[in-house]
Amino acid sequence: MPKKAYLKKVMVIGSGPIVIGQAAEFDYAGTQACRALKEEGLEVVLINSNPATIMTDANIADRVYIEPITPEFVAEVIDKERPDGLLPTLGGQVGLNMAVEVAKRGVLDKYGVELLGTPLEAIRKAEDRELFKKTMEEIGQPVPESAIVEDLESAQAFAAVIGFPLIIRPAYTLGGTGGGIAADETEFRDIVIRGLKHSPIGQVLVERSVAGWKEIEYEVMRDANNTCITVCNMENFDPVGIHTGDSIVVAPSQTLTDHEYQMLRTASLNIIRALGIEGGCNVQYALDPYSTKYYVIEVNPRVSRSSALASKATGYPIAKVASKIAIGYHLDEIVNAVTEKTKACHEPALDYCVVKFPRWPFDKFNFADRILGTQMKATGEVMAIDRSFEGALLKAVRSLEIGLHRLSIPEIAALPTEKVRENLKLANDERAFTIAEALRRGVSAEEICRITAIDRWFVAKIANIVAMEKKLQERNLTGELLAAAKKLGFADRSIAELVGCTTDFIRQLRKERGVLPSYKMVDTCAAEFEAVTPYYYSTFAQEDEVATTDRRKVMVLGSGPIRIGQGIEFDYCSVHSVWALREMGYESLIINNNPETVSTDFDTSDRLYFEPLTAEDVLNIIDKEQPEGVIVQFGGQTAINLAEPLEKAGVRVFGTAVSDIDQAEDRKKFDALLERLQIPRPKGTTVTGTAEAVAAAAAVGFPVVVRPSYVLGGRAMEIVYNMAELNDYLRYAVKASHEHPVLVDRYMMGTEVEVDAIADGAEVLIPGIMEHVERAGVHSGDSIAVYPPQTLPPKVIDTIVDYTNKLALSLQVKGLINIQYVVMDEDVYVLEVNPRSSRTIPFLSKVTNVPMVNIATRVAMGATLRELGYEGGLMPAQEYTAVKAPVFSFAKMQQVDISLGPEMKSTGEVMGVDYNYARALYKAISAAGMNIPAAGTVLFTVADKDKEEAGELAESFASLGYRLIATEGTAKYLRGLGLEVESVFKLRETGPNIIDLIKAGKINMVINTLTHGKEPERDGFRIRRATVEHAIPCLTSIDTAHEVLRVLEVMRERRLVYVLALQDYVGGGDALV
Amino acid sequence: MIGKLILEDGSVFAGEVISGARAVGEVVFNTGMTGYQEVLTDPSYCGQIVTMTYPLIGNYGTAEVCNQAPLSHVRGFVISELCDLPSNWQSEVSLARYLVAKNIPCIHGVDTRAVTRRIRSAGTMKGIIVPADTGADEIAALFARPPETEVVAEVTPKEVYRMPAAGPRVAVVDYGIKRNILNSMVKVGIDLTVFPADTPAGTILDGNFAGVFLSNGPGDPKDVPKSIKAVKELMGRKPIFGICLGHQLLALAAGADTYKLKFGHRGANHPVKDVITGRVYITSQNHGYAVREETLAARDYIVTHRAVNDGTIEGMKHRHLPIFSAQYHPEAAPGPDDNTYLFDEYLSLLGKEG
Repeated sequence: MPKKAYLKKVMVIGSGPIVIGQAAEFDYAGTQACRALKEEGLEVVLINSNPATIMTDANIADRVYIEPITPEFVAEVIDKERPDGLLPTLGGQVGLNMAVEVAKRGVLDKYGVELLGTPLEAIRKAEDRELFKKTMEEIGQPVPESAIVEDLESAQAFAAVIGFPLIIRPAYTLGGTGGGIAADETEFRDIVIRGLKHSPIGQVLVERSVAGWKEIEYEVMRDANNTCITVCNMENFDPVGIHTGDSIVVAPSQTLTDHEYQMLRTASLNIIRALGIEGGCNVQYALDPYSTKYYVIEVNPRVSRSSALASKATGYPIAKVASKIAIGYHLDEIVNAVTEKTKACHEPALDYCVVKFPRWPFDKFNFADRILGTQMKATGEVMAIDRSFEGALLKAVRSLEIGLHRLSIPEIAALPTEKVRENLKLANDERAFTIAEALRRGVSAEEICRITAIDRWFVAKIANIVAMEKKLQERNLTGELLAAAKKLGFADRSIAELVGCTTDFIRQLRKERGVLPSYKMVDTCAAEFEAVTPYYYSTFAQEDEVATTDRRKVMVLGSGPIRIGQGIEFDYCSVHSVWALREMGYESLIINNNPETVSTDFDTSDRLYFEPLTAEDVLNIIDKEQPEGVIVQFGGQTAINLAEPLEKAGVRVFGTAVSDIDQAEDRKKFDALLERLQIPRPKGTTVTGTAEAVAAAAAVGFPVVVRPSYVLGGRAMEIVYNMAELNDYLRYAVKASHEHPVLVDRYMMGTEVEVDAIADGAEVLIPGIMEHVERAGVHSGDSIAVYPPQTLPPKVIDTIVDYTNKLALSLQVKGLINIQYVVMDEDVYVLEVNPRSSRTIPFLSKVTNVPMVNIATRVAMGATLRELGYEGGLMPAQEYTAVKAPVFSFAKMQQVDISLGPEMKSTGEVMGVDYNYARALYKAISAAGMNIPAAGTVLFTVADKDKEEAGELAESFASLGYRLIATEGTAKYLRGLGLEVESVFKLRETGPNIIDLIKAGKINMVINTLTHGKEPERDGFRIRRATVEHAIPCLTSIDTAHEVLRVLEVMRERRLVYVLALQDYVGGGDALV
Repeated sequence: MIGKLILEDGSVFAGEVISGARAVGEVVFNTGMTGYQEVLTDPSYCGQIVTMTYPLIGNYGTAEVCNQAPLSHVRGFVISELCDLPSNWQSEVSLARYLVAKNIPCIHGVDTRAVTRRIRSAGTMKGIIVPADTGADEIAALFARPPETEVVAEVTPKEVYRMPAAGPRVAVVDYGIKRNILNSMVKVGIDLTVFPADTPAGTILDGNFAGVFLSNGPGDPKDVPKSIKAVKELMGRKPIFGICLGHQLLALAAGADTYKLKFGHRGANHPVKDVITGRVYITSQNHGYAVREETLAARDYIVTHRAVNDGTIEGMKHRHLPIFSAQYHPEAAPGPDDNTYLFDEYLSLLGKEG
């Protein structure tokens, strides 16, 4: 069948901001979808609030609405655009939820919009627990037996039938509080009683536990003709019990016989048929390791994180094919873009092994609970390909950028054996490393399997790696041993460490002995057909099949896994740089290892190398491809960190010179530069001891910002207000020493301003300036940024432009530069200079309509701004205002303090844009999911230093009709202002305290600023966590609260839901204000 | 022991051979990611050296239940990594031990993708597996062996045997049948009497069966003229269902022609389109020959199934007679279970005609 001819205009729903559990994979999926639809001549309308995405570029969809993904806004876009069809299956759970919601509100019926892909009924069947169970039973697919009980006796009756182990989940408690797994009657009794008590409605779900079974996933596709295929199956290294997003995953499955493989494959096809999905679907199973018994544990009736992984693992573009199916094509009518000969209707055959490894934020969230369970905690992931599991696993470890290059963590290596054995029980982020260490200590594979329930096959593979380590440590490094170690995936650096020599020596030796990697293609068909995809991976095998060309070529380094501080923005930049190079006629090469991204889509660059971003892996590819040079300024810190080793190895780095990058990053050199340019920065010193620190603080004056000099990205940075706090910091947080100096800077409580500019060595183009809502001290990534600035006087702007010019020219920047300033009393100080792309580039590019990465790439390659039709200076501000707001994933991270500070905590961002500032702000805040109550009670509990400002706020809230509640100190102060305030007990006081009120739903919003000192800090933490768990807004910065108030004021008088496409804003059209 | 796989065109692939193995055969590749044991025991591979494209082989060990025939008839096995510590609850012995016990020459540690690429571009060809230090004379002698034409005779049973079931009685001509074809038919209730390949038509007709089944088997269908003759005599007398070699023999018996594909179809992911419904099924395949379409047109057969990738014939049926056949393997083992419905169709055909 040809496509549905009546479809002319299709609307796609994006997934919104990046949060834990919903990351860049939906930009990849959504971008593919939009392009696949456009390819068919359809007009594509997109709604997505996340500006850091490729899919929200004006050339990806015909009409891009960067608006909140809420039913109101989605309905408004539908009303305005009148699409023929709505495709919600590429936007994650958010997309599906919106489709259900707008359908429920009658919007689809009203405008005659056809829901494409997954029928509403299928969404319900997959989401509704009971309906799901019923549907599975109808087609004979087993789901774990369960019962909802309200007393112990019924629970015991169920247990008597099913047997142990059983999972107990209390109803309506967050994060599974009060639940657990019971292995026997006694445990069961205890947990059920506890669970019933914890559940507000006295109800628990008792379910057969399949923890410890194999977790297997299938990605399946179905078209309207009922043709079904499986794209890929995957096996989790971690058994059932750990969220698949937090599991190490291997594709294809490794320990399943053909019979088992086919049994679950057939089940998957039966499921997708029963649900009637037209597109892609993900099915997860628990498979008994000792029989062919299995259970269906989850079905996602849409494109998912796993399907992004499956796409990259196989080369099969699931999102693209799903989109074509949604508009009526059959699988056998869609060409396999990889071979261009075969059709999308075939099941990929892999001839390599793929390992996915999650990237967790525990390096940022020191106090977070690292135990993994059913709640996903990873912010991103890496994928690695090799012809052996060992090779793929070691590549994955190198790709993580957690300072490791093999299965060894020094802290674990230092533990006594008994502790290592003990730690095997912990299903945490370090378990693979603990297993390796246990094997090193002689703990048997059998014992490890028994403790961890991880399949013996995986443990045996880790044992192979450990055995090779031992050989390297004990034997002479012969050419044969070297080749064997490389074949098993060992990095030169690991071999060097084990043998006791330098990495360079190993590299040299390898070259002498001809132990070189060969490159192979990912082609969906195990070489059966000739393929055209330039998608490669390295392995140590006989044949290198990748022929290089003699075109002029340039390599772009990607940014690796998504983590806090380095998100999807950098992938956006890498992609644009690659596109610019292609436009310029260069052959573009990209290296990256993040399966969720657009940059690792096989048709983004001319050649994609799916490899770790380490000096060795990158240099190997450079040896092969011989590019003219490398561009490092778009891949975040990952790429910048490679600049020096690459240059040392004789590779040309295009753009800003490595020595100039160093000048910006080395504090001493940078200070000298500022001195020379007469540009002020907050006073500060480097100290190596407590006494020195005290003296330094006294000299610059409190408050001071303290941070270790050797870590980046605001880690362990704190603002301290007095001597006692400083001493605390030096005692508990960071010890100053000669090896690890500490920086003590004056804290300037001013307005933070951020600038991204492009310099060509002669001129500096500043497309726009962003002003932060939160005063300096809150990490720039966690601040609300506003373009253009709302409060800065012209004089200050002139100074900023002047400083930006001076800095960019003195650092001889060729390409992008990002500078952060603080403005205090109309004086401008420099906080930080990054001679590379920044987090704000996608946002700024979109709102100023300046293709910043494209220009920067061309400049890095030698063009001047004038040649490109631009000139230096600040561009005139646009008529509209754009607000970028951070989005956090606190609900997923227990034990993490949500208060804003110098350390970045947000995982994503949204944008609100409007001709009216307050409305733009409203959009940003709504898009960020902040649930601002239109009426109700506001709790104030603020530090003494903030009382005055809080007072003003409280007055405004009161005048808008909000009730005020405050802790005693704050209440007293507010009453002094003549306000009516109810007092509430602090946590340590007896009587109903703040948390009791939050739990009871009596508080609708909390304004809380950080009070230092042990006890108040702990109380503040508990209050803030309580707001997260009860989903009420908690503002920890007075500045944010001010802006929220501004929104509240306009909420009363204006119509807030008003949408306009990006194309209209930048085109200057639609003057409907 | 260090060894090598040498192809007729002179290309050499290094690896390790198990216990000094030597082998000669036609080198083919299979793209299935699971099912190595079923492949090793599929008699259709008789005379061939099989290369597995998936690099990790032996992961789940071996178990008697997976065997498709009592013996292995592959001439050699070419793989990348041979897993020595398998893990699966059903595993009885490791693949390495299984290979030794079944006397299957194996070379592992080979860049099997390179082998596959060679065959893909140059076509299926003869190859040998030898230890690295094998002399030029011995290599030349191995290559000088004539191509094998007696492969069906090697794999067909010597005696008639029965597999009883409650339903209609069918005569199975076993050219090298896979166990799961027999099991699949018994499962739908067909009572089986299995005959050797060279059984004359008369013997079968004497048995008064409800239908005839022509099995899969190795080699060039033109190498078994006696069987073609027998099939010709059976046509029009009994409902017939043929799979793989059986399908090709039906075509030859009807006067159509077969030809050798460049590198065949071997794997578990081959899409086949039912030309009548338009629906596509993923099939398990193992064939090096195909029916030549232009010769079929005049023979009262219509094409019912077609390979999506190259358009070759994957299924046909007679315009008037109760005869149909599939080039692919509905019994799977290894491969997807999407096509077992063909056995049901056969059963209902028997019911109608009987």
